[in-house]
Amino acid sequence: MNESDDQKGNNPAGSPPQQSNHDTPMLDHLESGPWPSFISGIKRLRDDHPSDRVNGMANDLLGQLEHSYQTKKGYWKGGTVSVYGYGGGIIPRFSEVGDMFPKSREFHTLRVQPPAGNHYSTDMLRNLADSWEKHGSGLVTFHGQTGNIMFIGATTDNTQHFFDEINEYGFDLGGAGPCVRTAMSCVGSARCEMSCTNEHKVHRSLVNNFTDDVHRPALPYKFKFKISGCPNDCMNSIERADFAVIGTWRDDMKVDQQAFKDYVGRKGRQHTIDNIITRCPTNALSLKDDDSVEVDNRNCVRCMHCLNVVPSAFSPGDDKGISILIGGKRTLKIGDMFGTVIVPFMRLDNEEDYERLVEIAEETIDFFAENALEHERTGEMIERIGLVNFLEGIGVEVDPNMISHPRESSYVRMDEWDDEAAKWFERRANGDAQVSGGAV
Amino acid sequence: MATEAVKKPKKQMRPAIESGCPDGMQYLHPVMLRNFGQWVDHQHPRPGVLCHVAASGEKIWTVRAGTQRILDVYTLRKLCDIGDEFGDGHVRFTIRSNIEYMIDAESKVEPLIGALTDAGFIVGGTQNSVAMISHTQGWLHCDIPGTDASGIVKSMMDELIHEFTNAEMPNRVHITTSCCQINCGGQGDIAINIQHTKPPKINHDLVANVCERPSVVARCPVAAIRPAMVNGKPSLEVDEKKCICCGACYPPCPPMQINDPEHSKLAVWVGGNHSNARSKPSFQKLVAAGIPNNPPRWPEATAVVKKILAAYKEDAKDWERINDWIDRIGWPRFFEITDLPFTKFHIDNWRGSRKSLNSSSHIRF
Ligand code: HEM
Ligand code: SF4
Ligand code: SF4
Ligand code: SF4
Ligand code: SF4
Repeated sequence: MNESDDQKGNNPAGSPPQQSNHDTPMLDHLESGPWPSFISGIKRLRDDHPSDRVNGMANDLLGQLEHSYQTKKGYWKGGTVSVYGYGGGIIPRFSEVGDMFPKSREFHTLRVQPPAGNHYSTDMLRNLADSWEKHGSGLVTFHGQTGNIMFIGATTDNTQHFFDEINEYGFDLGGAGPCVRTAMSCVGSARCEMSCTNEHKVHRSLVNNFTDDVHRPALPYKFKFKISGCPNDCMNSIERADFAVIGTWRDDMKVDQQAFKDYVGRKGRQHTIDNIITRCPTNALSLKDDDSVEVDNRNCVRCMHCLNVVPSAFSPGDDKGISILIGGKRTLKIGDMFGTVIVPFMRLDNEEDYERLVEIAEETIDFFAENALEHERTGEMIERIGLVNFLEGIGVEVDPNMISHPRESSYVRMDEWDDEAAKWFERRANGDAQVSGGAV
Repeated sequence: MATEAVKKPKKQMRPAIESGCPDGMQYLHPVMLRNFGQWVDHQHPRPGVLCHVAASGEKIWTVRAGTQRILDVYTLRKLCDIGDEFGDGHVRFTIRSNIEYMIDAESKVEPLIGALTDAGFIVGGTQNSVAMISHTQGWLHCDIPGTDASGIVKSMMDELIHEFTNAEMPNRVHITTSCCQINCGGQGDIAINIQHTKPPKINHDLVANVCERPSVVARCPVAAIRPAMVNGKPSLEVDEKKCICCGACYPPCPPMQINDPEHSKLAVWVGGNHSNARSKPSFQKLVAAGIPNNPPRWPEATAVVKKILAAYKEDAKDWERINDWIDRIGWPRFFEITDLPFTKFHIDNWRGSRKSLNSSSHIRF
């Protein structure tokens, strides 16, 4: 064990802790059954941990949680806690029943940004465990739904000590409050054949450009980046991120006809028709008489279905890049929203392309900071002001890929129609109108 | 905390290194680093195991295991020990908090599975299984929870374990929970979320001290809150006819007590799908409500989830996610075969809701 700050409190190994344990009749029910039990884990800290600080905290945490289970109410309240120089990154928790459970009275969470792609060596996990055991409760989650490592349970003083220690070996706090939040990216290029971009690089290029906005909450509300390497969108970015990056491709998908024929041979024509051909949302696939497959690539919407079913036969094309969708969010306050396509396609080949991507993010966040109402998400702002105003604000031209269908309401003033139509033809003549996803 | 509460004199504070998101490449398995962006295929040799193949011909095996998510350091070190002894020391965590061990030889797969299983971890959660339920904080840590998340997840996973360790569903099933109506849990094929059924009870003595009244008023989605003088003190009042019991006023103003041991219920939603596969992404739809918030094991909520899963497993075609399945069979059939009641509350009246009504003669008989 790596105790440093409470040598005095150490029990001689093996002797029972000095406090008496809270009864936890309801929580005890959560120790049975095959799934690993978080209650058993907390009890292990209570029963086996040599430090009084750690075992006492675990005991009182169990006591308060049992009290919640008995009364069906929560007993934490927020507050203001941060580390030196930052305004966010910590979820402060003070107990409302601290007199009954004094040792977990202060139980703050540190939101710490994981390495992009959530990769670790066991050595680094052990370092984190050692530091956390020294300063915190010993309870940690990889990861919260926010994408952060959640170190759950530290006193106000110890949040600083813990942060200082892990910050020295490369970890930094994530976002909490109205700020740029911790980003998330899928495993992608590191291990997935569907990947169409370097998620890892996109992730770090974006969020690390905004460290100031992560650490010092000053936006109208939160702003999240999530990056998925393909339209399977394993990161839920279209539904949960203000700024979603989705890898995709623009040329023809690659088909290994022999692998496809082998699949048909193995599974049969009926299975192939029922599970692949008729499931294509745009009828872009047809099964030929010789068991090969024909793809209507102009009408493939990159839904991934055929690639998911037969990854050995179908793969993304070579002209890879990303789509950007802006404005996804959950319920609060006006209802759930999907992101909207803002950039149908852009390549990310060189540093200049990445700079352009970061620039789009900067424009978006600047516009959001200036125009959103307090506690309004980007998607809600766009709903309130209309997509066109937003596009003008961030300097992006309209594109038919941004809509499901054109307007149905005639209640709009259109006296600038001729100018707008001329603009469109001019853009097409210059090759920069994105009728089928031209480059930005 | 007698040993810690003593305030030390302010010393020179250490300035933070604003390093942001760390580089993940330094932790990649060497096979993954060598073949970064060069993967061409994968197989699913058994539930919980993936084998990815690179253009170079190299392969990487992944063994995925479910844990209790709230890890104590002992459990975390146990996971590391297993990774060192039976794996290659390189791990990652999925978006649903499963741990993944990456290994470079097929011969390591079975011993690794054995070690994980012996230590009580559950290998599975890949492809068309019921994945680990993604969960939020709840009573363990949040300041606004109507229920506990970890307890619900533990209780349900105990009952769904067969579906986690096998891959027998028509397609993958992602379940989420949320312990208040802010719904941190996100969209899911099935979502189990708190649904309050009574307006907040206001502790008028505290409002003036604790709450910034204009921002609380602004927070309400239906403008049901107005400033008022109560017992001679500035407070707030709620138009209970308008109030939709969403709890949005509670985070900025804790005296607006929305959580109620009896009237905060659970609701179940289905068909939220984040993937663009086949159909466009979809939001989840309400199917059941009024489910008691019943710790420590929430059996009523689990029963509803199991009923839906059984119907889906039985009736859906291969590759249909829950939303695809319901799109094909229609909502009347869904309510029929799941034996869940259809009520007036299923009919949306929020903004844009007319789009959710049937404006055609397309009716299945
Ligand atoms: C007034 C609005 C909100 C408040 C006060 C709030 C508060 C919180 C708090 C306090 C936590 C941390 C729980 C803990 O560690 O103790 C949390 C977690 C989280 N919130 Fe929010 N939240 C709000 C809105 C939202 C919205 C609208 C979303 C989704 C778009 C969201 C997504 C999340 C997620 C994903 C987590 C992580 C949960 C987990 O994995 O444990 N929050 N929220
Ligand atoms: S989003 Fe696509 S690239 Fe990323 S892990 Fe999922 S399937 Fe692979
Ligand atoms: S990716 Fe989807 S849209 Fe494209 S051909 Fe395959 S099934 Fe059809
Ligand atoms: S769903 Fe609500 S109660 Fe649960 S963690 Fe999120 S904000 Fe807290
Ligand atoms: S519970 Fe929701 S609807 Fe009711 S007063 Fe509060 S914010 Fe308004």
